[in-house]
This record gives sequence, structure tokens and C-alpha cells, in this order.
Amino acid sequence: MNDYTPTEMMTISASRALSNDDVCFVGIGAPSAACNLARLTHAPDLTLIYESGTVGARPDVLPLSIGDGELAETSLTTVAVPEIFQYWLQGGRITVGFLGGAEMDRYGNLNTTVIGPYDSPRVRLPGGGGAPEIASSCGRVFITMRHSTRGMVDKVDFVTSLGFGPTGAERAALGITTRGPALVITDLCLLEPEPVTNELIVTSLHPGVDRGQVADATGWDVRFASDLGETEPPTELELGTLRDLQRRTDEAHSEVRRDGV
Amino acid sequence: MPDFVSLPDAISATVRDGHTVALEGFTHLIPFAAGHEIIRQGRRDLTLIRMTPDLLYDQMIGAGCARRVVFSWGGNPGVGSLHRFRDAVENGWPHPIEIEEHSHAAMANAWAAGAAGLPFAAFRGYMGSSLPAVNPRIASVTCPFTGEELAAIPAHRPDVGIIHAQRADRDGNVLIEGIVGVQKEAALAAGMAVVTVEEVVDDLAAPSMNSTVLPGWAVDKIVVAPGGSWPSYTHGYSHRDNAYYKAWDEIARDRDRFLQWLAENVMAAS
Repeated sequence: MNDYTPTEMMTISASRALSNDDVCFVGIGAPSAACNLARLTHAPDLTLIYESGTVGARPDVLPLSIGDGELAETSLTTVAVPEIFQYWLQGGRITVGFLGGAEMDRYGNLNTTVIGPYDSPRVRLPGGGGAPEIASSCGRVFITMRHSTRGMVDKVDFVTSLGFGPTGAERAALGITTRGPALVITDLCLLEPEPVTNELIVTSLHPGVDRGQVADATGWDVRFASDLGETEPPTELELGTLRDLQRRTDEAHSEVRRDGV
Repeated sequence: MPDFVSLPDAISATVRDGHTVALEGFTHLIPFAAGHEIIRQGRRDLTLIRMTPDLLYDQMIGAGCARRVVFSWGGNPGVGSLHRFRDAVENGWPHPIEIEEHSHAAMANAWAAGAAGLPFAAFRGYMGSSLPAVNPRIASVTCPFTGEELAAIPAHRPDVGIIHAQRADRDGNVLIEGIVGVQKEAALAAGMAVVTVEEVVDDLAAPSMNSTVLPGWAVDKIVVAPGGSWPSYTHGYSHRDNAYYKAWDEIARDRDRFLQWLAENVMAAS
């Protein structure tokens, strides 16, 4: 099974991090693909919660937006948006939050707000959405993003969502008791926080990836764990299930629903 | 009991230049038809509140309706940027706009506080985020019982709240189903509540005593606007037009192309 893309490897290794008992707050895009792949393979009872208020969603195709009807139709229950943030997220009932970001630094701080100064941004990004509170209220946070020097930066222009803080110590100093970034999954490798410093270090390289590639694609002087591992390649089941899911999704989203468009 | 009126009459009776207006709907039930009517009536200097500005506020910003936008996630879901929103923020086109930026949790709490008649919302949020440093309307408050410091933001109390919903009965009671978002909160927090519906029926046929129903006496105007949430959707009546959301990326990317779209699809329509 050598015929897979780096993005497929990223999604599949992200899916493996979720367990059957997790209650997962899902962001759209790569996190949604990973979470649903987990549900369709090794974690059938994984609970997926989308910020649109859908609790226990079991979509047959990946939603384009977090508010697609598919999520409500397949959910255990669909609650109002204030309830999802007040009772379920703030109430401490979510074990894993799954986030992506435009920029991330070595302490897992995420920027999805602006590139450049806030008042005169070079690029105005969509903003925080649910992420600032997902980052602090979920038991653990998994982050998935493509590995490049544009994304993995020495310093984020804006902390939309807190990781461990600008020096790695601020999260604890704020009295936050949730763990924060526990795993970063990229298309090249896995990173995990080093004990004490909280700096994200590479703990596993995906098959065929070497240290130099990771170093070149990282905007800080990235370090490697002494017991650096190699990620298991995708199994046929994982790859087949992911591709079926993507095919169903592509077909569903290309349908034109109304004449004249 | 609310007035049953046409869309032009509902908007002209409620929305004035300079008003704070919220057209809500969390991906689902976005009141596009009502927003287009606001554009046609040429309203200006509006403060527009929405959790996710979505295509609708991209269109209203590009058409010049907005002075200020209060929001928490300004993208085209699953597609990318809102190009008209970005052009206004980055380049001041068609004119500069102010932004007041929050998180979803903050906006949801501000809606709940507005519906509850409170002046502000308190919640556990914004911890370690840069957002409080750039938004003076994010403050903190200390719990008088535990000493815990919580985030505080003003309640949303728009002049006009506009939502789309499945249906109303002849007394103006409104049924909202599926992803209910902040529809109830946006209607209750507003000075005037305008609801566009797919149809008016003799029997609301709410499937449960726990169904989300907005009593007619809490609504000011009801407008029959079938398809009024397109390209968003109305659960049970239509599907989200994901292909249109993708197509919008190209329409909105270019100012001239957008202006042509606006002329043909909004100004020439009724």
C-alpha cells in the first residue's frame, strides 16, 4: 500500500488519534474528514459534535459547512448554538477539540485572524469562530495542518486560539486546567509537546519523509524526539474508507440544486 | 399578533439608515431574500450583526449597506474567503468599514443575554487570546462568589432582528426546525422581529411540545418568502446549494463581476 498522498497520510494519522470513547468537537475541513474516518473504521461509537449544535452527528458525506442539513439529520439531537457553547463546551463535556490554523508556532498557538497588523492586515483571515474556546475548554486539542514555513512559523502574528502561550508557560499561568495541544498532525510528521517546556517536537516521521524535509518546512529550529518513530503507513481499510468518503462527498457537493445557477 | 406583510413593506417599516440589524441563521435559515430587499431599498450605515457574515453580508457589504460588522467567523464555509468583506477591510472598498470581532462562544452568549434582557454576558472565554487586545468591547468581570475572572461582552440588542423559518400559522406562531442556531435569541433580543417563512399554514403541526416555536406575540412582521433562504437552506423545504457557495468565490473575487451580479440578481429582481 504505497500509493497514497501526503494529505491522505495526514488525515489517516489524525483519525488514529481518536478513540471510541472520545467526545470530539469538530472543525470543518481536514478535522472533519479525520473524525469521520475514525468513526467509519476503528471508533464507531466516537461522538462528533459540530458547533452548529449537532450532537452525535453521523454524516454519510462530509459537510461543506458545519451547518449542512446532513449533520442535523444524522445527529442524536440538535441543540441551539448558545447551548452547545454553554452547556457542552464550556461545561467541560468535550474530551477532544480538533482544530486547524493558518499559522501555528512551536507552542501550538494558532492564528486564524490576520496576517500582518490587525488594523491594516496584509491578509484578513476568517477569524476565530469556535476555536478560542475550543482551545481552552476541551480536555485535549489535536491540530492538523499542512507542513510549510508559511504555516509553521517562529511567531504568530496574532494569537486567535491559545496553545501553551508565547513562551510555553502562559497556559498554566492562566490557571487553565485542560491539557491544550496534545498532538499536531501534518502531512510530513507528528509533533507532540515536550514535557516541561511544552515545545512541540517531532515524535514520528511519516514513511519516506526525512528530518531535512521537516526542518526545511518548519519556520523555527524544529527539534526531534530522541526516540523518533515512523508512522505506520495507511492500511487498505483506512485508505479505501477515506477515498469512498471523499468520492461520496465530491459527488454530493457538485450537484446543482436549483436551475439557473 | 404580528402583521402579515410583503417583504418590501416589512423592510421599509423596520430598517432605517444607521440602524443595528441582525440577519441570523447559523448556515441554515439565512434570510437572503430579506437582505436583498435591504440592498434594494438602499439602506446605508448599518451595523450588521451575524456570527458568520456568510455570503449574505458579503453581498450587503459589497453593496455599500454596512458601516460596521459585528461577527465571529468571516469566511465562505468550506470554500475560503469572503472577498467583498476582505476588500472592505483590506482596501476600504466600496468604503471603509469598522469591525467588531468576537468568538462564536462570545456571540452565542451575547445573543442569549440579549434575549434574556441582560446588559451583558459573562462566560469562560478568550483565555490567552489576542482578541481582547483589539476589541475594546471585550472586558472581564469577577465572580462575586468564587473570585473567578470571566470574560464579559455587551448583550446584542439590535434595532431589528430578521430570521427565516419553516412556517407560521395564521396567528403568526413560527416553527423553527433543524439547526436552530440563534434564531430564537436573535428574534427575542431585537427591538423589532421580522420573520420570513416558506409558507403560512392553518395548523403549525409542530412535531413535539418541545419543538422550537416562536409565539406570534413575540414577532412583529411575518413575510411569506418561499425559497427566501437560498442559497442557504430551509430544513424540510430545500437543500443547501453547496455548488452555489463554491461558485460565489469567483463572482465575489472581482469588483466588476460582483457589481454585474448585484445589478442582475438583486437590483433587477423583486
